Amino acid sequence: MAGPHPIADPAPSDGFLPVQVLDGASTRSFHAYLHIPFCRVRCGYCDFNTYTSTELRGEKQSDFAARMLSEIAFSVKVQQQAQLPARPLASVFFGGGTPTQLPAEDLVSILGQLERSFGFAAGCEITTEANPDDVSKEYLEKLARAGFTRVSIGMQSSVPSVLATLERTHNPVNVATAVALAKSVGLQTSVDLIYGAPGETMDDWVASLESAIELETDHVSAYSLIVEPGTKMARQIKSGLLTEQDPDELADKYELAEAMLSAAGFEWYEVSNWSRGEGARSVHNLAYWRGNDWWGYGPGAHSHIGGVRWWNAKHPSTYAQKVTQGESPAVGRETLDQKTRLEERILLELRIADGISIETIKALNPDANRWISQYIATELIDAASALRGHLVLTLKGRLLADSMVRQLLT
Amino acid sequence: MSPRSMRRLEPAKTDPALLRNFCIIAHIDHGKSTLADRMLQLTGIVDDRSMRAQYLDRMDIERERGITIKSQAVRMPWDLDGKTYALNMIDTPGHVDFTYEVSRSLAACEGAVLLVDAAQGIEAQTLANLYLAMENDLTIIPVLNKIDLPAAQPEKYAEELANLIGGNPEDCLRVSGKTGIGVDELLDKIVRTIPHPVGDPNAPARAMIFDSVYDSYRGVVTYVRMIDGHLAPREKIQMMSTRAVHELLEIGVSSPEPEPTKGLGVGEVGYLITGVKDVRQSKVGDTVTNQAKPATVALKGYKEPLPMVYSGIYPIDGSDYPVLREALDKLKLSDAALVYEPETSVALGFGFRCGFLGLLHLEIVTERLEREFGLDLIATAPSVVYEVTLDTLQEITVTNPSEFPTGKIKKVLEPMVRATILSPKDYVGVIMELCQGRRGTMIDMQYLGEDRVQLRYSLPLAEIVFDFFDQLKSKTQGYGSLDYEETGLAEGDLVKVDILLQGEQVDAFSAIVHKDKAYAYGVMMTGKLRELIPRQQFEVPIQAAIGARIIARESIRAMRKDVLAKCYGGDISRKRKLLEKQKEGKKRMKMVGRVEVPQEAFIAALSTGDEKKAEKKVK
Repeated sequence: MAGPHPIADPAPSDGFLPVQVLDGASTRSFHAYLHIPFCRVRCGYCDFNTYTSTELRGEKQSDFAARMLSEIAFSVKVQQQAQLPARPLASVFFGGGTPTQLPAEDLVSILGQLERSFGFAAGCEITTEANPDDVSKEYLEKLARAGFTRVSIGMQSSVPSVLATLERTHNPVNVATAVALAKSVGLQTSVDLIYGAPGETMDDWVASLESAIELETDHVSAYSLIVEPGTKMARQIKSGLLTEQDPDELADKYELAEAMLSAAGFEWYEVSNWSRGEGARSVHNLAYWRGNDWWGYGPGAHSHIGGVRWWNAKHPSTYAQKVTQGESPAVGRETLDQKTRLEERILLELRIADGISIETIKALNPDANRWISQYIATELIDAASALRGHLVLTLKGRLLADSMVRQLLT
Repeated sequence: MSPRSMRRLEPAKTDPALLRNFCIIAHIDHGKSTLADRMLQLTGIVDDRSMRAQYLDRMDIERERGITIKSQAVRMPWDLDGKTYALNMIDTPGHVDFTYEVSRSLAACEGAVLLVDAAQGIEAQTLANLYLAMENDLTIIPVLNKIDLPAAQPEKYAEELANLIGGNPEDCLRVSGKTGIGVDELLDKIVRTIPHPVGDPNAPARAMIFDSVYDSYRGVVTYVRMIDGHLAPREKIQMMSTRAVHELLEIGVSSPEPEPTKGLGVGEVGYLITGVKDVRQSKVGDTVTNQAKPATVALKGYKEPLPMVYSGIYPIDGSDYPVLREALDKLKLSDAALVYEPETSVALGFGFRCGFLGLLHLEIVTERLEREFGLDLIATAPSVVYEVTLDTLQEITVTNPSEFPTGKIKKVLEPMVRATILSPKDYVGVIMELCQGRRGTMIDMQYLGEDRVQLRYSLPLAEIVFDFFDQLKSKTQGYGSLDYEETGLAEGDLVKVDILLQGEQVDAFSAIVHKDKAYAYGVMMTGKLRELIPRQQFEVPIQAAIGARIIARESIRAMRKDVLAKCYGGDISRKRKLLEKQKEGKKRMKMVGRVEVPQEAFIAALSTGDEKKAEKKVK
């Protein structure tokens, strides 16, 4: 959703999936992502597919849930035609945009349609992202009753000046309220933090981490701010109004996050994600890194089924038009060959705490040993795991994961 | 004005008294090619409509750079006082690297047109060629060109020329190659003042090769000036230096397209085709004779071309190595002075050590390799040839810093040159500073006119191949001009400086420098590399060393963060595309030990201060 669409093949209007998606389908879990592309205001750093108007080219926000129901029906048909085995959903994730811009009833009805269509696997993780200003006890109760298990709150920072730079309008006080409310109705909680905003000091970051830890959530994500081209923030940096942070300072902040979060009982399980024990890891998040199957519903959403990736039209009105006609809303797709799938596995699985088997890497790069021995020497990977045939990043290695992927794949 | 000649003298039977052989000596951009074009047009051998600007310069590079690399000869008819003459205009290469070729072209002539831009005055390199022409006893016709330019100062420069060659400023002809003013008077003057050739028509044939050009359709085309005797088609000819025998498949004159003839007689200028495919079999300066009735004494002045400057040439994409080999093999067919042998570099992979006549020759060859064969190349810093004597009295010839011996050295000899620099007098101070900084010793200094000065310096050639000309140009705002000639070897206090990345020597950056400059070179190179090499996953020390002694050090701090935070909403495609783009960049990385060095860093570090060129290559 971020940035322009990748260059790829056109997507067939009937959503037809080639026979290759059947290969190993029963070993891959199935997940649903739902993109709710609405926000009250657009943040200066954001390049996601979001819209702040409630009516876009005749397409009303109030009709949006109905459009998603159409795409769900379409997805059932496509999977049946491809003769994919019936797989219950292992996780559902409402993201955006701001899903909580929609009435709770809309989210509940979409979730109900998913359950009727696919069923939920035992322990199915059902998450929505939430703006702390949007959620009331009633709102969260409705979600919990409908089967939601988890809320992810966009906290970003606890420091008003940093929130102002990010153009986040929520009241930081509401974050604690929202977390408490979610817990009171039995939901698991997670907060998202962003570090490295222009002007954010080390003390600011310590304050944000302390506030997040005080909330006693089950899960924390900490993302380093990426200034995407085309955003307002990118223009502000270009014109000198804001100054981008130095990568060394970002590294210091990451190391600080690791130190404070682990001291508070969190464990990293992916470069930007920490949880309180294995049970609190986000099933949905891991599905992306492990290359499982998911259907992305909504404008601009990305899907992956058995090595076929596609992405939907970004504009809600274009999207609505397609799905109401019973056609695929996809505007592009790509079918990955074996080598590319293997490359993706290395690219993705290297980032998770479970790591990746060295055998998998050698299948692609027979010459990988010279890099692996170098990584042991420079302490980028855990030596004991490597000796057991598994590549697991150290703290230093987590910060350099992309450079390692480039070396291993070139 | 003389009318265009309506008849032509038949080659092979032309009375030497009706022949005039001349060349044009001029600096680049002083309008030699334009003047030559105008002569072709005036004498009627190229029709006005098919006139292609600068007809004689055939190669694209020559036309673009305005430099004549390969000379040719053109036969033109001209009538004066009721008689028809045949004028042979012999085109000379115009650069210092090709002094030997110039000297052979001059030896084929009895006279020379000294062509000088009326707005700029004479340049050092023209002076050098003028000197060679006078040494060959050529009759000099001074001519000021571009007199139609508003900035022309014909009086001033006529005086300057008169001071140089004697005679009156009034003797200096004033022409414009562009408009044609004065060109017919010049042709008349050539007939009147240049002596006709003299030779023995009954002696065994002797012809001097003054140029040889590779043509992909016809093989080698050899340009000769007949001295004695006669050559005819189908005869067997012999090269006197190699004793090689060839059959004359075709003999003729250029007018300006090749025209086969029944032969060539005394004093005539023309071409020979024998079917050989390699210019090395037809060497400039060699004497051609008739196998059936051979001459016993070769003409004087033949010399094997000797490379003065060496550089390693490497393909940027290692898989292009076979293409580079093939390209060099092809290029040498048309370039007798180019020598090369395979070489490997830790940093740059497989390539060739190439020898050149000089810097321009190096530049022309690399440019032709890139342009005609689609190669992307890196050339290492040019190096001269050192003669090293060890304590054991063993002597070693070093053409590459990596061959510089590590044992005890008794002495090192390096090639020296006599450099002639011409410049307006305002820049004398900065030129002296530049030359002294380059270990120069002044020989003399003299005023050529009111404000122009000639400085002569003895300099090590190594100091000139290292961006000297660029410095001279920039310090004199483009007015300074340079020429040099080799003057033999001299002992120098020289050492080899190595550059080490994380303890690994990077052969491409080793340099042989004067002891007093070793520290400066080390500091410059380590500093440059620190800027050019991206941060790695670990700290990288960069050191400069003489033997085991470290003379300068820098370090590149370890890179600490290179990871993207997330793949939002499962957009894996975008992340993979980004990776693919980065992988492309990585393919151009060279490994020095564990350090990844981008090609760009090598190119930028090797291009000595010439940022623009580095950019061009990087692109």
